[in-house]
Amino acid sequence: MTAVGSWGRLRRAEHFVVSLPDRESAGYLISSARRPGLAAGMQRSYGDVSTNEAGTLWDCRRLDKFIAFDEHSGVLTCESGVLLRDIQATFSRRGWMLAVTPGTAMVTVGGAIANDVHGKNHQTQATFGNHVLHLTLLRTDGEAIQCSLRENPDWFHATVGGLGLTGVIVSATLQLKRVPGPWIQAEDIVFESIPEFFELSRASEAEYEYTVSWIDVTTDGGRRGIFTRGNPVAASKREPEHRRLSFPITPPVSLVNRLTLPAFNHAYFRLKAAQARKHIEHYRSFFYPLDAVRDWNRMYGSKGFYQYQSVIPRRDAQEATRAMLTECSRAGAGSFLGVLKTFGDVRSLGMLSFPEPGTTFALDFPQHGQHTAALFARLDSIVRSCGGRLYPAKDARMPPDMFQDGYPRLEQFVNFRDPGISSDLSRRLLGT
Amino acid sequence: MTTPTERIVVVGGTSVIAQHTLRTWLENRDATVHLIGRSKSRLASVEADLRVRLPGSRFSHEAIDLCDIAAIKRVTEQQTANGAPDIVLIAHGALASQTDSQKSLHAASDQLITTGVSPALWLEAFAARMATGTLAVIGSVAGDRGRRSNYLYGAAKSLIERVVQGLQHRYAGTDLHIVLIKPGPTRTPMTEHLALAGVRLADVHQVAEAIAQAVRKHRRVAYVPGRWRLIMTIVCAIPAPLFNRLDL
Repeated sequence: MTAVGSWGRLRRAEHFVVSLPDRESAGYLISSARRPGLAAGMQRSYGDVSTNEAGTLWDCRRLDKFIAFDEHSGVLTCESGVLLRDIQATFSRRGWMLAVTPGTAMVTVGGAIANDVHGKNHQTQATFGNHVLHLTLLRTDGEAIQCSLRENPDWFHATVGGLGLTGVIVSATLQLKRVPGPWIQAEDIVFESIPEFFELSRASEAEYEYTVSWIDVTTDGGRRGIFTRGNPVAASKREPEHRRLSFPITPPVSLVNRLTLPAFNHAYFRLKAAQARKHIEHYRSFFYPLDAVRDWNRMYGSKGFYQYQSVIPRRDAQEATRAMLTECSRAGAGSFLGVLKTFGDVRSLGMLSFPEPGTTFALDFPQHGQHTAALFARLDSIVRSCGGRLYPAKDARMPPDMFQDGYPRLEQFVNFRDPGISSDLSRRLLGT
Repeated sequence: MTTPTERIVVVGGTSVIAQHTLRTWLENRDATVHLIGRSKSRLASVEADLRVRLPGSRFSHEAIDLCDIAAIKRVTEQQTANGAPDIVLIAHGALASQTDSQKSLHAASDQLITTGVSPALWLEAFAARMATGTLAVIGSVAGDRGRRSNYLYGAAKSLIERVVQGLQHRYAGTDLHIVLIKPGPTRTPMTEHLALAGVRLADVHQVAEAIAQAVRKHRRVAYVPGRWRLIMTIVCAIPAPLFNRLDL
């Protein structure tokens, strides 16, 4: 038994970890393992989607081989344990990159598919699953299912964003996107109000592929933030050294708290505001600023932290965002990583994919027991009243009925579950 | 595309350290690489992976029993028939459980042969047929002093070190360079159980870079990461009565 916990550090639980060393033996190891099991990668999900207490975890990190790549079409086939970091580093110099990447590259391809992750270019490229051409799914009964939009499409729609519950993804074929190189022309713009953010989003969407914004969630209702937008650009700069800091210890209490947060956020705002002009940036610092600090999740202390990420349909987005910010300041709870982003209109492929047209808002909160739970209950009621939903990859606490209401295709999805697979999240939200 | 002229042979081609070392070597240059290993399917998947990563280089592979003396002889003859390769990296070995090896003499013998005798024979066979080039082999800090948790593995690695010393003496002053790499515990599949137990492991990228540099500079013995030279000097200096009371 091995103690495994996810990125939010809320808890660590004992698991039987079975490492899958290669594609050939994966089928046998999956079908012969103690049930229930769950495919696992880098444990970068925040809550309990990636853990399976007292059960088996099939560790896919050794399935890290590229299988084939076509330089002309940009089609890459690889094993599911390949890290997004390796794809970006290998192909960005050859004119190709992932079409969609989340805010960390330290995740596996399998995890990116199972959570159907999104990035700063949702409005043009939709989610990770929209660029998956094919995947191989191993079921615990020994069956291998090949799926794509044409071949077994139902299985494909269930598995993309399927939270790992339909089987173990062992390999996938991805369509990479042509880029001029590893550089991004980026621009940071200060905004002073929520309507200003929405205005900037509208104004930027046509001309900028990447948009995202950070909002200062200590300023009593969120009046200021930094809107970042960018486009891939050809540049002949020297690639920056890969420097990494690390957070070497876990402090007993969260360093992000009522006393420090205004200072943190003020400093971050000032720093960004001072640099707010057009500049050419390497993709690593543009897409993955937090990857430069290893174990940054330790800063929330030994009790861990929650991330609360919602999406609100467009009609109510502005009002709901303001209401959530008001709740945060009423609760005296700030957040260091307040991230706002508008999603585009392209429908996600997965039955349980999170993004939908509207605005997504992500907030981090250190774990403070009842106090945090009460705030979440109030945020939940705002999200639910607007027909919004929460992101399972970030979640550790939403009530089951909120999940059911938020994901209308759930009823269809459960038919594709693998009976040999279960996770802490599936037991919490689906009962099994 | 022309075939690159630099030629590299890797024995133990599926070793994670070997794969990363190849990636480092070939990041900015191309070579013709022959991978030798035990499992045909794993070699094929490593080869496919390297082809994608390093499109300028040429790869081939061959699966054989690495402990079979006739096979060692045949393969080394083939690989040196048209002149010596520029680099030969001998990277195979297995870290079996010490407790299993203590329970079974067969397991103990397997550990000594796979990790010690076989690499030593590959060294002998290649050295005898190479007038130039670099012959690099992966040893281990575990070979510096026997300790209860892994002394059979350590003994096998120590055997390699004595063979390397002898070869370095035998070929001193020639154009054949023999390099012994001694990694500390490195994050690879072989050490997964250590990682799970919370042991601090070196990053395989860094180890690969250190190996590439040791080969380029014709180091006789390279500890990677370098701090292990100091650590092992201290470990070796601890008097036995004290050492034997330590839980190492």
